[in-house]
Amino acid sequence: MSSLIVQRQTLKFRARNYMAFVFTPRAPIAEWLMDLDATLERSRSFFAGHAVALDLSAVRLSPNGIAHLLASLAERNVRVLGIEGIEPSDAVGLPPLLRGGRGMQDFGPVEPDPVPASAPAAEGAPRTNQQPASLLIEDPVRSGQSVAFIDGDVTVLGSVASGAEIIAGGSIHIYGTLRGQAMAGVTGNRRVRIFCHRFDAELLAIGAYYKTADEIDKSVRSGPAQAWLDGNTLKISAMN
Amino acid sequence: MNDKKSARVLVVTSGKGGVGKTTSTAALGAALAHLGEKVVVIDFDVGLRNLDLVMGAERRVVFDLINVIHGVAKLPQALIRDKRLENLHLLPASQTRDKDALTEDGVAKVIAELRSKFDWIICDSPAGIERGATLAMRYADAAIIVTNPEVSSVRDSDRIIGLLDSKTEKAERGECVDKQLLITRYHPWRAARGEMLSIDDVLEILSIPLLGIVPESEEVLRASNVGSPVTLNSPLSSPARAYFEAARRLKGETIPMYVPSESRGIFNKLFGRKAA
Repeated sequence: MSSLIVQRQTLKFRARNYMAFVFTPRAPIAEWLMDLDATLERSRSFFAGHAVALDLSAVRLSPNGIAHLLASLAERNVRVLGIEGIEPSDAVGLPPLLRGGRGMQDFGPVEPDPVPASAPAAEGAPRTNQQPASLLIEDPVRSGQSVAFIDGDVTVLGSVASGAEIIAGGSIHIYGTLRGQAMAGVTGNRRVRIFCHRFDAELLAIGAYYKTADEIDKSVRSGPAQAWLDGNTLKISAMN
Repeated sequence: MNDKKSARVLVVTSGKGGVGKTTSTAALGAALAHLGEKVVVIDFDVGLRNLDLVMGAERRVVFDLINVIHGVAKLPQALIRDKRLENLHLLPASQTRDKDALTEDGVAKVIAELRSKFDWIICDSPAGIERGATLAMRYADAAIIVTNPEVSSVRDSDRIIGLLDSKTEKAERGECVDKQLLITRYHPWRAARGEMLSIDDVLEILSIPLLGIVPESEEVLRASNVGSPVTLNSPLSSPARAYFEAARRLKGETIPMYVPSESRGIFNKLFGRKAA
């Protein structure tokens, strides 16, 4: 009789590209936290489901200070994916050290792409020397896919499924039905809009202001619509 | 002549559980074998195998896919030939192990070996989006997405379609896995009353070509209880005829699609077979 031979496999490692919002705290931390609270008051769990990276290069914090900051952020439902801008020796026991953060390039649905992780600025600092840029997606965006393009507008020539999300630094244009989430102006540009051929979205956001499907008037559904910021209010209206 | 055309690897997948993947794998496999093709159906649902039951082979399982992957058995030892159709074979899953026992290289080797022996290799995917499902689709040339006309199933199918475009070898090479939609458990009167999504609703959301529409029928349950694919057990029933048409479309025939309506139910009552 043959005996059972168990073959051990060598693991294959792949690199993957993720998008994260970056918090860049400034001294004094207590005041920065108060500013953060003021922002969160308008959209309480905006960052809750999303990866946040912490850039500590603008402050000098002791290991205790970093731990305290992480705890304060956790209280506010902000989960830190990684930290950059500190010495490796200070990073013991903390979320992983991030390296190579740079401006976002366009990339499509998040799946294997061997490029080091990069993180965009998401708190109002305007980006300088921008080339006009836009991302065009010709296929439908499927449930579970996340399209992020911080450098400009995103245009989709199909529908965006329930459970999918589009994240853009500029405006979002959907020539199909929007059933998922659309978040425009994530870098702080307020003069952006979201347009769709047929509105059935789960969530819309411009900058840090968002509305869920529940909060949006039913009369806008199932037809062409646009969303924009009026002061501090996200407005949605039918386009006919 | 005798220039063997290359085998076609199909994955039958859905995301959602219980929509009819195993039923459809067995029905289509049997239909293709009946039409003269050499077919093997593979059960990728390690630990919760069902394809052997639906095919009526549960008392003849000696070796399974996991045994072959781990070198415990050779592929011919694990393949079970169907007693009714000599062109139809089954490669069962293990019931005692789980999906962690599957390996990418192991699956690749099994599929490569099967390609030289069969015209059609149909992989019955488990539900979900994890290892069993992603390995079932990994080496596929084409996919059949099984969907019930209701919202949860449609959204899960959409997710699976996204994964077919990223987690398959074909997608990684920059090619496209052919995708076709098989709508199952269709109730004509429920759609008319708005209790279920209509065919048009489903197609509008999923945007892939339609392979067939299989109506809801008691024949499916009867067939699986006697361990026979519905296309063998009651070939004149409405689901069986839908599966035969789908099989012929897979082979490249153009058959007009029509949406099942109540009148087929009457036909079924006149000519339906009883379970043995």
